[in-house]
Amino acid sequence: MMKNLAMTLCLVSAALLCTQASAREIVLTTEMQNYGGDGAYLAIYLTNTEGQYQNTLWIAGQKSKYYKHLSGWARGSGLRNSEYDGLSGASVTSGKTLTVTFDLPDTYIDSGFQIRVDSAVEDMRDSRNDVVVPLTSEGAGKPVTGRSYVKAFTYSF
Amino acid sequence: MLRKFHSWSGLMAALLVVLLSITGAVLSVNPFLERTQAKVAGTSSISVAELTGKIASRYPGAEQIQRTPSGSIIVYFTADGQTGADLINPITGKTIGTYSTSPIMVWVKNLHRSYLLDTPGRVGAGIGAFLMLLLTFSGAFMLANRLGGWRHILRPLQGSFKQRLHCQVGRVAVLGLLLSASTGLYMSAVTFELIPPHQSAEPAFPENVKGGVPASVDTLPALKAISVTEIRELIYPYPQDQSDVYSITTDQGRGFIDQATGELLSYQPYGSKQNIYEFIYKLHTGEGLWWLGLLVGLSALTVPLMTWTGIQVWWSRKKSATTIKNNTAARLADTVILVGSESNSTWGFAKTLHDALHLAGYLVHTTAMNSLASNYPHAKRLFILTSTYGDGDAPASASQFMARLEKITDMRQFPVAVLGFGDRQFPQFCQFAKDVEAALTAKGWPQLLPLDTINRQSPQAYARWGEAISKVLDSELTLVHTPVHPRSSTLVLVERVDYGMEVQAPTSVLRFKTPKGYGKGLLSRLLGHFLRRSGLPHFEAGDLVGILAPGTSVPRFYSLASASKDGVLEICVRQHPGGLCSGFLHALSLGDIIEAFIQPNPSFRPAAGKAPIVLIGAGTGIGPLVGFIRNNKAHHPIHLYWGGRCPESDFLYEAELNIYLKDKRLTELIAVFSRVSERSYVQDKIIVDGAELRRLIEKDAQILVCGGRNMAGSVTAALNDIIAPLGIDVLTLKAQGRYREDVY
Repeated sequence: MMKNLAMTLCLVSAALLCTQASAREIVLTTEMQNYGGDGAYLAIYLTNTEGQYQNTLWIAGQKSKYYKHLSGWARGSGLRNSEYDGLSGASVTSGKTLTVTFDLPDTYIDSGFQIRVDSAVEDMRDSRNDVVVPLTSEGAGKPVTGRSYVKAFTYSF
Repeated sequence: MLRKFHSWSGLMAALLVVLLSITGAVLSVNPFLERTQAKVAGTSSISVAELTGKIASRYPGAEQIQRTPSGSIIVYFTADGQTGADLINPITGKTIGTYSTSPIMVWVKNLHRSYLLDTPGRVGAGIGAFLMLLLTFSGAFMLANRLGGWRHILRPLQGSFKQRLHCQVGRVAVLGLLLSASTGLYMSAVTFELIPPHQSAEPAFPENVKGGVPASVDTLPALKAISVTEIRELIYPYPQDQSDVYSITTDQGRGFIDQATGELLSYQPYGSKQNIYEFIYKLHTGEGLWWLGLLVGLSALTVPLMTWTGIQVWWSRKKSATTIKNNTAARLADTVILVGSESNSTWGFAKTLHDALHLAGYLVHTTAMNSLASNYPHAKRLFILTSTYGDGDAPASASQFMARLEKITDMRQFPVAVLGFGDRQFPQFCQFAKDVEAALTAKGWPQLLPLDTINRQSPQAYARWGEAISKVLDSELTLVHTPVHPRSSTLVLVERVDYGMEVQAPTSVLRFKTPKGYGKGLLSRLLGHFLRRSGLPHFEAGDLVGILAPGTSVPRFYSLASASKDGVLEICVRQHPGGLCSGFLHALSLGDIIEAFIQPNPSFRPAAGKAPIVLIGAGTGIGPLVGFIRNNKAHHPIHLYWGGRCPESDFLYEAELNIYLKDKRLTELIAVFSRVSERSYVQDKIIVDGAELRRLIEKDAQILVCGGRNMAGSVTAALNDIIAPLGIDVLTLKAQGRYREDVY
């Protein structure tokens, strides 16, 4: 049986909310492979269709000195503290599941935005774009397989 | 103080450091294993561009190249939507095999650095490293103290087997342990940011990427300029992202490479702090220094052994601690006993004195010499019982005594008697007791009794001292000191050989065994049967056996002529006129039983090594010497000098010694006799053979002497004359552990 490490929080992203009135609760579920290493660092973030960084959704892993290994996100966010302030938690252990809940303005859905996950594990490879998935109503609730450490990534609202 | 500190931090740290060291030793093998797989010879002339070119055809989906400190090249790639990692031969670019980190090693590494407990565990590991460092330092200082200073740190060790093992192993491993503990502590401090961050700033991501069509990887100028042996990591740009770049990390710094022009962008060399960190990291892990890793790993392996022997030494010391009953408070006592003890045995004597005085109606206060009070208002007499530590130093419980005595100026003085405990084998016999007596006399304390000394915890000498006290105090005191002995065993006489009746020196070689069905539990008897063990307690030739004659409470000690592995307990006993125990032993018939216990005497046996051995003895002193010869299975050269009375009557062990000469266990037998026409004593023969003996001593020979005090004194004098031309004397040899005596 796989244990669930459920991490739930409601976050209010000022950047997202200031222009939007209607928002809905979105749940991100990231199930990790049994890759057999230390806890994985994950960056979950939003990009536009061209892959340009928009917003940070969640950073798993607390030592900022390792963030550079989440290279796509690191480049987009410029590793600026303000980009992930209050949006980080513990790293995710092999085989466990990370669940994050927050409110997302409707305008991001079905508008060509993508959710991306970069991942890295100590003494193992870095994996930029472990997951790339368009944020659409249709895709909600459908698990996507990651390239390296992520076994299944699902968003639902 | 140092010992208490060492013991307590050792007990607290035991579990922490044992886990750290075992896991550390396992991890230390990694750099070596990696090194054996890596292809490193002849790679320095290959550039990274060349390598990546070779890899590109085989791995079109290459994403990252890594060079481990041991020189292995790993390529990470994606093929058919699946990620993989392979080890690569850098010369041919061919695949060696699949690369994967071993989950077991990852687990061991986590156990090593955090006890699998994440951040709290890392704190624990840091504390473990700190305790390890303290233990290593305090242990090294204790050893130096014990051996009489750092200059003598390599001297032979004294003490029980476990003590010697503890010290010997510690002496060998100390440098490795210091290295791993201090570097480990440093890394822990880095983790918790207790020292300023070492990491050089990240190079900024280049703003002005050309974003042109990517060039073929083997043509990039920046990669051509870097050798394979310098690179640590190369991360490829994300495919289809023309604005992305290569990220490169080398031994010197970090930067980016434009994938179109191959230009090196925003390169940043490491600062000195990072270089220092990396050097210490390398020392700790052995990564890239596989031989150091193995050495440090080996010394880490000694930690479980050190912990085990350390706990045993601590426990046996604690077990032998004495509790004083009916102890009067210092301000009420009329009699004060101060104790200076290193291994607690002097406390046993103090307790005997305390109890006898208490029985006679005195109000006695007994305490450690370090607890000397500034005044004893009602005291009328003071007894100081003290041993000496190492080279004439104060024992543990008296280390502060001299300083305290110096400080206290206005103390009411009363008569004092000092009694020293020691072993005449050591050059500074009872030196500390002498110093204490001198210090008291200098301060004007009156004498109750002159300084007396007790050699080797002799209960007889102690009883005599008790008689002297009785006279001075004019009250009946009997000091019967029965040291707490290990449980005695019942033994049965199975063989005796008698000598010397004709020369008025009746001497017998007595051999004992464990009687069938006696002693020990059923289980150990069965086990003993299985293992073909004799059932005898463990002993070596040269150890002592304590025997209690019926009706006596004070045991007599005899040197053992056999080891327990010989399957028999053998002693050589001369009957002394009126001797209680020797009379008892001589009256034994085959099948009679005795009660006996073993007292280890580790200081009297040949040290390991191939150096020649000179054994010198007279009369029954031959006992342990025969035991050494019998066990000389390695055929080291042994020369035996022995003196008896008459070859026809008391040539002890004559037949056996001739067998040993034949099978080369004994090199030379020089027996002299005092009741023949050419009468000669062993010391005379030594002088005659002076040149030969000097030659042996020059060849690092060790000398063991066993017999009466007078003979031993004459032998010392004779040898001093012989080796004077070498610029040394017997004291020098003693200090080097090459001259050992068992004298009675």
